[in-house]
Amino acid sequence: MKITVNGELKHISATTLQTALVELGYADARVATAVNETFVPSSARAGQALAEGDRLEILAPMQGG
Amino acid sequence: MPVFYDIDIPSRLMLGTAQYPSPRILTDAFRQSGAGIATVSLRREGGDGAGASFWQMIRDLGVAILPNTAGCHSVREAVTTAHMAQEVFQTDWIKLEVIGHPDTLQPDPFGLVEAARILTEDGFKVFPYMTEDGILAGRLLDVGCRVLMPWGAPIGTGLGLNNPYGLRSLRAQFPDVPMVIDAGLGLPSHAAAAMEMGFDAVLLNTAVAKAGDPVAMATAFAHALQAGALARRADPMPPRDMAAPSTPVIGMARLV
Repeated sequence: MKITVNGELKHISATTLQTALVELGYADARVATAVNETFVPSSARAGQALAEGDRLEILAPMQGG
Repeated sequence: MPVFYDIDIPSRLMLGTAQYPSPRILTDAFRQSGAGIATVSLRREGGDGAGASFWQMIRDLGVAILPNTAGCHSVREAVTTAHMAQEVFQTDWIKLEVIGHPDTLQPDPFGLVEAARILTEDGFKVFPYMTEDGILAGRLLDVGCRVLMPWGAPIGTGLGLNNPYGLRSLRAQFPDVPMVIDAGLGLPSHAAAAMEMGFDAVLLNTAVAKAGDPVAMATAFAHALQAGALARRADPMPPRDMAAPSTPVIGMARLV
């Protein structure tokens, strides 16, 4: 299925957010996630289904002012 | 020293973590200046582990962490970013930015109050980046903010305290609310002036990170804050328009 990850189109086989993060290489990363502009807490990732065309944001700690 | 949401902060200096020439210089700037709070952000993870190494470095500083919602232009975006930051940084503190204009980076006061209300109800301790408007301050306090962060000048300008009257008025209107001058400072003298006005702390980034010697500049800001706060406690003389001799006039010789 095709979804958008951090603004880039990706093909994934995972169907949940949790398995998608593993597939995309973020299994152990300290990140926060949002699907279609809605925050999905880490505790809810396993139950968060992904669908064709979903927009996934994966955010990490960065410098800030 | 400032107290934010019942937490004692050991310094009046709050530093951003962006734009430093190197991670080592960032670390040294914090350590040499004794800054008590570091602001951080969330950005897209590039898969290169940069987020993890940055987080480790910030944790090693041993200072309080204040995540921001920088770049957010809507209430929804800011609220969602705050929740994501809470999960990553494990803190209920949030520096709330709802930007109203892309050129001036002026806070959107209407969106700010709404986002502050939602986040306070969600259990956040909100540090709102705001203009120096006293009515806005009252609204933010009404919705649960217990710290206010009026700008000195637009972010990144280094212009200092653009509206001293407005800032003095705000300080006088809410004398017991912890207040931080956030953004726009360029020189340590600006920070000293903020302390002399009675503000509790300053938050800056560019003035230090973009200085030729960021470590020295961070230290200079720390000294200026100490001097300004001490001057405030020392009760400065009131200014006057007419000259008044400081050397006694009585007893002066008649030599003409």
